[in-house]
Amino acid sequence: MKRPALWAVAGLSVLVSACGNDANRAQEGSADVGPQPVLPEQQRGLLPSMTIASPAQWGDQRPTVPRGYVIAAIATDLRIPRQSLVLPNGDILVAEGKGGGAPKLTPKDVIAGYIKAQGNSSVKGGDRLTLLRDGNGDGIYENRSVFAEDLNAPYGLALIGNQLYVANQDALVRFDYTDGQTRAIAAPVKVTDLPSAINHHWTKALTASADGRFLYVGIGSNSNITERGMIAEVGRAMVWQVDAQTGAHKPFATGLRNPTALAIQPGTGQLWAVVNERDELGPNLPPDYLTSVREGGFYGWPYSYWGQNVDPRVRPQDPQKVAAALVPDYALGSHVAPLGVAFSTPAMGGEFADGVFVGEHGSWNRENPVGYKVVFVPFREGRPAGAPIDFVSGFRGTDGKTRGRPVGVSVDPRGALIVADDLSNTLWRVTPAP
Amino acid sequence: MDATVDRSRQKPLHPVHAFLVSATVTLFLGAVLSDIAYATSYQVQWSNFASWLIAAGLLFGGILLVFALVGLRHADRREGRYLLYGLVLLAIWLLGFINALVHAKDAWAVMPEGLILSAIVFLLACGAAWMALSNLRMGDAP
Repeated sequence: MKRPALWAVAGLSVLVSACGNDANRAQEGSADVGPQPVLPEQQRGLLPSMTIASPAQWGDQRPTVPRGYVIAAIATDLRIPRQSLVLPNGDILVAEGKGGGAPKLTPKDVIAGYIKAQGNSSVKGGDRLTLLRDGNGDGIYENRSVFAEDLNAPYGLALIGNQLYVANQDALVRFDYTDGQTRAIAAPVKVTDLPSAINHHWTKALTASADGRFLYVGIGSNSNITERGMIAEVGRAMVWQVDAQTGAHKPFATGLRNPTALAIQPGTGQLWAVVNERDELGPNLPPDYLTSVREGGFYGWPYSYWGQNVDPRVRPQDPQKVAAALVPDYALGSHVAPLGVAFSTPAMGGEFADGVFVGEHGSWNRENPVGYKVVFVPFREGRPAGAPIDFVSGFRGTDGKTRGRPVGVSVDPRGALIVADDLSNTLWRVTPAP
Repeated sequence: MDATVDRSRQKPLHPVHAFLVSATVTLFLGAVLSDIAYATSYQVQWSNFASWLIAAGLLFGGILLVFALVGLRHADRREGRYLLYGLVLLAIWLLGFINALVHAKDAWAVMPEGLILSAIVFLLACGAAWMALSNLRMGDAP
């Protein structure tokens, strides 16, 4: 659904769409993907380019998976599923919720908020965890229970031993968990508060270190590019390291605009993140990315992107910070909006055994939409190697309608990929065909 | 012609019209000052103020523009000064609208175009107010 008309009242649409037009030269498999993306010049017309998803029902259709794989909906009518966690006994936990509510400070906030909402589900966030169980291993998750409710926009999930950690939009909390449990037996205990003032980017990504000593929490920026003021960004756009026992925390890496999903690499214990980069610099700029996260590293936001590319919209500028900015490992493409990342397992089979799955929620700030799929980034010797491969696609149909939007992904070590879809409120499960 | 001139001298500008035209000047003045404050302090809240002031200026300016268009139906108002007044109002609205879009860019992307446009629109608003308040004789219907 193209909505420049909403902005361009009073017969100015011709003038305005001419000014807001962009070339959109590259679309798929373009130059802004891979370890060394080509970055074009910055561009921004009078209006940002926008194409907002036009939602439709799945009906009999299903997302597309590669030959040799099958996909099934294992839960529907969820309430904004975002991230999932496969528990040791095979049960699946789903975090459902919708956070945010940052105040609208300008006429733009009011108008853009309305327009973007058209591309999302209107269902109210569940603020709960749902547990799904496949008792007999036939791939049908026949048991469904609410594990916990009255949470505050839960997003990140992690299990350390018999402690289940949940990252609400304002606090990290934990539940006691024993194998086979279907419902929390007590209210959660707070581990630590998380930055939540304004909460423009409210999702709090979470993963646990391989040894279980630490948790890593992804905290997004409070604006696109400091338009809510520099003070609002204190303590934002970073990954925290939290001591799982005490809740003591420190910034682990900074300058990550919106680290929406975190994962620990099997074998190496290295922390990886997918990060959503800034908008309104053009259709092919700057790339959202997948990167290993270096302790103490600074990744550029807000001063620069992809290393030393200065963003002129930030004042005051900081050349020293720009000089210190690290270059991420792997560009996923501009505006694809990665919201999920999970390392694969040999049980996924074939060419999908070594690498990461990335759930891409899909673009708004681009005339030709990108994302709206789950891709697989192949790894070799522990590093991304090769172009991303579509693993689950067809969320955006050839008819221009959008039937689903992928968010979190998780891998069942028995050989299944779990994909949360927050538009159709479905949990999808992809497995090698029997 | 004598009669119309006499009538215009006797009948002052309608208070609502005077209010609208004065408010437009004030709102666009506020936008310029807010832009200057942002440009010199980097405190983005000033830019937010400018955005709202421009939006309100466009609202009042838009009402004035509609009145002016309606007024053009009267043959005796198709004279030069009234037409010029209408054109100035139109310019205020068009440039003001572009300025609103410029102000919808994030953070420093507003500058310097936003400040320049705000200044031009403010000066045009002063001109429109001068013409209106120096008895253009268009006050019978706000």
